[in-house]
Amino acid sequence: MSKNKIHSIKQIDRILEEKLRGRASALVYNETREKVIEKYKEKGLTVEELEKIIEETINRYEKSLVEPGEAVGTVAAQSIGEPSTQMTLRTFHYAGVREFNVTLGLPRLIEIVDARKKPGTPIMEIPLIDEYKYSEEKAKEVARKIESTTIENVSKEINVDPYEGAVIILDPEMLSDKGVKVEDVISILEKLRLGKVYVDPEDPYTVHIELRPEKVDYTKIEKIRTKIANAKIKGIKGITKVIIQKRGDEYVLVAEGSNLAEVMKVPGVDYRRIYTNNIAEIEAILGIEAARAAIIREIKEVLEDQGLDVDIRHIMILADIMTWTGRIRQVGRMGIAGEKPSVLARATFEMTVQKLVEAATEGAIDPLLGVTENVIIGQQVPLGTGIVEIYMTPYTPKEEEEEDIEAVIEKSR
Amino acid sequence: MQKKKPNILEHELVPKHEILSPEEAAELLRKLKVNPAQLPWITIDDPVVKAIGAKPGDIIKIIRKSPTAGEFIAYRYVVVDTLQPRKKEA
Repeated sequence: MSKNKIHSIKQIDRILEEKLRGRASALVYNETREKVIEKYKEKGLTVEELEKIIEETINRYEKSLVEPGEAVGTVAAQSIGEPSTQMTLRTFHYAGVREFNVTLGLPRLIEIVDARKKPGTPIMEIPLIDEYKYSEEKAKEVARKIESTTIENVSKEINVDPYEGAVIILDPEMLSDKGVKVEDVISILEKLRLGKVYVDPEDPYTVHIELRPEKVDYTKIEKIRTKIANAKIKGIKGITKVIIQKRGDEYVLVAEGSNLAEVMKVPGVDYRRIYTNNIAEIEAILGIEAARAAIIREIKEVLEDQGLDVDIRHIMILADIMTWTGRIRQVGRMGIAGEKPSVLARATFEMTVQKLVEAATEGAIDPLLGVTENVIIGQQVPLGTGIVEIYMTPYTPKEEEEEDIEAVIEKSR
Repeated sequence: MQKKKPNILEHELVPKHEILSPEEAAELLRKLKVNPAQLPWITIDDPVVKAIGAKPGDIIKIIRKSPTAGEFIAYRYVVVDTLQPRKKEA
């Protein structure tokens, strides 16, 4: 073991300088140096070990390089596209949580790439802060604040009748489960301004509303019923269900529905780690960079869930392009493909005739800089070695120089 | 109990954003041989841009955590995007 031990940091620097400098980027060089020195201080190193480390570093570095002119976008498209043909077409799938349906597989991938404003099954993951995350009781307390409870959730029956008014029969079990009192229900109903609200003298769980005469309209009965049923007693709008999950030693809330802005404000919620699968919402509240990170995370999860192994860099380039303009752009006619600068490239994708007619009416010019347009007209494409062009400066030697050359020739004689 | 309003800059999905000084920005553009509009954009109504107080024309340096490169530095150019105004969400 002790053969060729390295004695000093200077020696490390000398070896690094000799073997690594110039073969990897400065960033890699500095990081390698830092880590090697750290390990050296910890355990010591032999020259052989250091040389192996350097060799491996160079190896990995060279493997990770992309040559100029490489069609990274096309390769990414194919690398994501091909495995997705193997994905299940089934939308619903149970993802560890029995209570929820989550869109997975191809339908979910399409949702992300199409930049839908709202996912089919919005889900939030809500971690809690230290004081709350180890106790199930406290987690429940927060869950109750978040889960939205409507009149419908706590009642057995809601009947609206033009003669008798509205009758709401409450469910005592649901009331206690959701922690709602009859008084709460009454005060909510009074806010609806439908008429006088009172509890049935014979049954404490039956609430009557005496509809005001101007509200009694046969065509609006169903509307009134919906208004009563959907009246929110408490909680956050959009969140229909919250369950508590144990992950490791902490309790995490998983919510069906999504409302990032409101949930972040709830006390007890760790807003630094809160997550939603609604990417548009992330963009609106946390910004484009967070949306980029979320796109990567979502696509990666979808692919991994199906057992597909796609290099993260392909997904990263996709997310980069989708967020390039500072907004999430869809991958398709309305987004990335529709905003290409070339007329021919746009026409190739979808709606060929319309695009060409549009271009003709506005007298568009195609500078033929991209790949597609050059394929169409049968020119060399600007990719790989095709990206190199020769620039020639026509140059006529000036008279003076000619004389100079003659002078030189003369001298040499 | 948290009393303050949630600070989005602390969120784990939000990487560090820094505004470049005009000198740094000029140096960057020279190094990359690009004009600012060729950088990726970030709109003026982006929540992070508002939070750090960047103005249109600024270049923002973004230090992302990357699974492949450890740390990756990206730049975005602050633009006023009038093509797709952000829809007010309820």
